[in-house]
Amino acid sequence: MQKYDLVVIGGGPAGMAAALKAKECGVKKIIILERAATLGGILEQCIHAGFGLHYFGEELTGPEYAHRFIEQVEQTDIEVKVDTMVLEIRNGNIVVATNAVDGMLELHATAIILAMGCRERPRGALDIPGSRASGIMTAGTAQKYVNIDGYMPGKKIVILGSGDIGLIMARRMTLEGAKVEMVCELMPFSGGLQRNIVQCLEDMGIPLKLSCTVIQTHGIERLEGVTIANVDENRRPIPGTEQYVECDTLLLSVGLIPENELTRMAGIIIDPVTNGAVVDENRQTSRPGIFACGNVLQVHDLVDYVTAESQIAGEGAAAYIRNKPKGRNRYVSVKGRDGVRYVVPQNINENTDKDVKLYFRVADVFRNARIIVESDGKVLYNKKKPKLAPGEMEYVVIKADDIRALEKKELVVRLEVQQ
Amino acid sequence: MIREMICVSCPIGCALRVELDDGGKVLSVSGNTCKRGEKYAIDECTNPVRMLTSTIRVNGGSLPVMPVKTSKPIPKGKMFDCMKAINNEVVDAPIKMGDVLISNVCDTGADIVATNEM
Repeated sequence: MQKYDLVVIGGGPAGMAAALKAKECGVKKIIILERAATLGGILEQCIHAGFGLHYFGEELTGPEYAHRFIEQVEQTDIEVKVDTMVLEIRNGNIVVATNAVDGMLELHATAIILAMGCRERPRGALDIPGSRASGIMTAGTAQKYVNIDGYMPGKKIVILGSGDIGLIMARRMTLEGAKVEMVCELMPFSGGLQRNIVQCLEDMGIPLKLSCTVIQTHGIERLEGVTIANVDENRRPIPGTEQYVECDTLLLSVGLIPENELTRMAGIIIDPVTNGAVVDENRQTSRPGIFACGNVLQVHDLVDYVTAESQIAGEGAAAYIRNKPKGRNRYVSVKGRDGVRYVVPQNINENTDKDVKLYFRVADVFRNARIIVESDGKVLYNKKKPKLAPGEMEYVVIKADDIRALEKKELVVRLEVQQ
Repeated sequence: MIREMICVSCPIGCALRVELDDGGKVLSVSGNTCKRGEKYAIDECTNPVRMLTSTIRVNGGSLPVMPVKTSKPIPKGKMFDCMKAINNEVVDAPIKMGDVLISNVCDTGADIVATNEM
């Protein structure tokens, strides 16, 4: 069995940033295991611009953003195995993987970083009546067909869901000559970034239909059309609003799910809201020595935030490897309430010596709401925000001194909405 | 003439109201909460530009297409012309990131450059 200080599962932006940070912090033997043929993860097919504005202060495309990290990894002695699938984490410290060259691999790890990313919600999760005609796929699948494989999967498109990938593909397919009839969004607001609504839909003259969904697909061999309908406040189709839309392709952009099969198999506690692991401020999961970062932990809007989070995990893993801490950590628990759907990290070491950024998402669109962080009635943070939306991740910084001084070991992040 | 738009300079998304004269000159901007909103409105009404990203056909590469971008933002109205120019071109591998594949595409002053290597 080969021994490593750190095994990183996933070679996308999260895995690369985490491995590089751990290296920078002095970790010696590091390996990245990547399922695809190259490092870079999903960025390789995200050919649009808009990446890196926060982290690099310039606007890069996905492959360019990935390339900067791939180059850095290549300049270190971090080992990389591509085309390698991790099957299991055994006993919390043995990573079982397989590839065509090595056969089965068993890697003994002092620390493990989970950076497997996320998957798109598929059609099966939606229960739309209709046959299994070709032409129904996730927006990310279409993105791979167009940007990597170099062909168009359809000519007349309807997009269900206004997530960012759907919006990006609406523009991309229009530029390549397809007619994108509309984007239907079940909710009364879009979950995508405002910039994408303007530059992908308005620029291309594509209508965004809010509170609207696809209730039936038509066609046996190939998709021929869809029936759409408006929905009420309970998201149920309103009878009489049905409309037939002819199309040969239906793209789904209806949410992302962190890919946590390995995490669950390892017995790590999962947050039912984020669908990612419950972590502390170092991104350590409920299993000591196993860390998680990037979209496998919580779905991000911006890769820049993925990089920042993964550096925290890399630093945390390095400290773990260096100190080999024993005993249980004592935590301050962090909860979201009153419009705050979740907060990451969910736990903070009560004796933390670092200021902690609390990342969270809100449940609805709020204007002029106050973000309040408090513990047992004592307010640690209170600031008004002109706008909060579920599609934009927010964060607040809480000082280490304030955390250490807490009497009740609980922090609550909540909103106060002006009536 | 009045044009309404949503500012995308930051996530607040201010609803802007732009007053234009008959020649398309901006007379006033309202609804913005900061200076960037005014600049955004004026740029959008007088010279809207966009980064264009796409793919270009490749001969002899590991994949059939290579991702590309314009070296600087181009006029919004020229996006489809530039797409046509990109799709009429086939380039030969090997290609390095940043290689100029089409120079001065559609007289925009921008080049089409590779954003990956192959």
